[in-house]
Amino acid sequence: MRVIGLSTVAAFGALAFQAQAATELQWWHAMTGANNEMIEQIAKEFNESQSTFKVVPVFKGTYPETLNAGIAAFRSKQPPAIIQVFDAGSGTMMAAEGAIVPAMEVLQKGGFTFDKSQYMPGIVSYYSKPDGTMLSFPYNSSSPILYYNKDAFQKAGLDPNSPPKTWPEVFEAAKKIKTSGAAACGLTSTWLTWIQTENFAAWNNVAYGTNENGLGSSDVKLEINAPLYVEHFQAIADLAKDGVFRYGGRTSEAKQLFTSGECAIMTESSGGLGDIIKSGVNYGIGQLPYYEGHGPQNTIPGGASLWVFAGKSDEEYKGVAEFFNFLSQTKVQAKLHQVSGYVPVTMAAYEETKKSGFYEKNPGRETPILQMTGKAPTENSKGVRLINLPQVRDILNEEFEAMLAGQQDAKTTLDKAVERGNAAIAAAISN
Amino acid sequence: MQRVVFPNKILPYILVAPQIVLTIVFFFWPASQALYQSVMRENPFGLKSGFVGLANFSAVLADGSYLNSLQVTVIFSVLTALLSMGLALLLATAADRVVRGQTFYRTLLIWPYAVAPAVAGMLWLFMFNPAMGTFAYILRRNGFYWDPLLNGNHAMVLIVVAAAWKQISYNFLFFVAGLQAIPKSLIEAAAIDGARGTRRFWTIVFPLLAPTTFFLLVVNTVYAFFDTFGIIHSVTGGGPAKATETLVYKVYNDGFVNLNLGSSAAQSVILMAIVVALTAFQFRFVERRVHYG
Repeated sequence: MRVIGLSTVAAFGALAFQAQAATELQWWHAMTGANNEMIEQIAKEFNESQSTFKVVPVFKGTYPETLNAGIAAFRSKQPPAIIQVFDAGSGTMMAAEGAIVPAMEVLQKGGFTFDKSQYMPGIVSYYSKPDGTMLSFPYNSSSPILYYNKDAFQKAGLDPNSPPKTWPEVFEAAKKIKTSGAAACGLTSTWLTWIQTENFAAWNNVAYGTNENGLGSSDVKLEINAPLYVEHFQAIADLAKDGVFRYGGRTSEAKQLFTSGECAIMTESSGGLGDIIKSGVNYGIGQLPYYEGHGPQNTIPGGASLWVFAGKSDEEYKGVAEFFNFLSQTKVQAKLHQVSGYVPVTMAAYEETKKSGFYEKNPGRETPILQMTGKAPTENSKGVRLINLPQVRDILNEEFEAMLAGQQDAKTTLDKAVERGNAAIAAAISN
Repeated sequence: MQRVVFPNKILPYILVAPQIVLTIVFFFWPASQALYQSVMRENPFGLKSGFVGLANFSAVLADGSYLNSLQVTVIFSVLTALLSMGLALLLATAADRVVRGQTFYRTLLIWPYAVAPAVAGMLWLFMFNPAMGTFAYILRRNGFYWDPLLNGNHAMVLIVVAAAWKQISYNFLFFVAGLQAIPKSLIEAAAIDGARGTRRFWTIVFPLLAPTTFFLLVVNTVYAFFDTFGIIHSVTGGGPAKATETLVYKVYNDGFVNLNLGSSAAQSVILMAIVVALTAFQFRFVERRVHYG
């Protein structure tokens, strides 16, 4: 007990001392494993590069837990300087106008200019207000892609070097894999919400909701019961009935179905590549599938960005600006991209990685970038921003689960999802 | 019996003060906050808030998913309490008969109690997760389509088993103690009168265990209501399609995922009322019929 007491005193002493020496900037994040090491290393490099500011990364749990910790800290007037918020939480942060300072403004406060043209267009527009003000600083961005098991393709008599491109082709391949016995299940997908609705909308250039899917205004009516969605989900529901499609869970659980060799085709985040490489599956990477005559348009970024809370001192904002500037350096971005598998935020980092021959050595690693930046985004493909996207995702997941369990068809599922989702959005706006 | 009287007037208050302070800080203060929040509508960041009266309550009670989670909670609590108490009683009577190595068996049976709920959930999830669980694989291999990710009943079975398993140790301890308190002479007398094991159990042991059973019933119900959050959170997350969303899980989900603080607070106030009513009912009506030896 006494030892603990003393060390606590020592720790407080050290903190107090550091606070005098350099302005401390807390960085709350939700990264674990290799991605956590990356954060620690970036903070260390920044702290060594100058002595006025000290970035202190603090792990706060999962993405929703981190967001909640940030909100609670803001309410008790002790927010961190920087907080990592996941894609679905962006709408929540954006709606809290008095609680945050736009990243662009922070950079300007530190004497830096924000040149939009240097950043990846798809990513910047996702994290910007309609008037172009960048609200948060993109940190880790990913894009959904198609993974397939080359051995299973071979066994089923499919060409292991050309992954199916459209959804009907994917469904056919999956059926063939199942009936030929090449794998126990043909197709699975992680994140049905993020991949099969939000990115599905952008990639096939169909609306997810009104008002540019919420980027134009927070008053949104969902439109995910349009015919293309019904067709897509009915196809998945039919495949699920025959055991060709297997459901893995609401987030990335389905990845295990692919790495264990049970399912031969999977749509999953590009950020999941590390685990797939580790599993030793003979995998191939393809573009996210689309529907002929609709896509491919562009995908929208998933992952997370860094937000800055309001109510901090000018000195602290200057520090955050310095840090963001450090983060956007080409060598930092290039390393972040190559080690973590996330998409680089700046064009320069992408060019640099390309020049280094990284993509020749690591095929498929360029796919998420090409998907995200291949075409200029339309009003359907800039992203989805709802004030309560996590809640809407939950509603969708519940309805999808009922559909995949055979309790309702796709039309009923999507109609109910739209009705419940709209009610939840209306209630959240009035809060 | 001799009455104990404190000569000092202030000392007794000082002695109970720490307990009172703890109760105020950890119970009354948060409870009053919940009451306050339940009549307010506020945005998550606390930037805007306003008094809405009982609107949160009427919204909650009119919500079909709330009634669903009430039903889920009742089914879950009853099943968990029955399963864990039944198994614990079976094990306790068996352990009572063991002559050698009694301590060894008891120690083994007490271990699961030391496991944190979330960890217990993960253990069962690892065994029965359809994607990677060994047992799930065996079940499917034998033609049983085990799928707790989509089948609500399977998911319910999984969390009931995990929750009951964790509570068996606790119940076991109390049943063993209860069994030891039953005078051997009664059982021997019954044996001399020709009553066999089963008969002796139901006519003598079980009624004499009633106080223990009643106590455990209360504890297990409260456990199933409140302490199983970790298990549900790690195993099913309330899914599939709300099939395992208990009242406590819904309070968390609406408050911390959906960021609807008013509704979440209103639900916790209702939950408070339910538990108070439940406990009062149990102690008033059920306890009367319990035979205290």
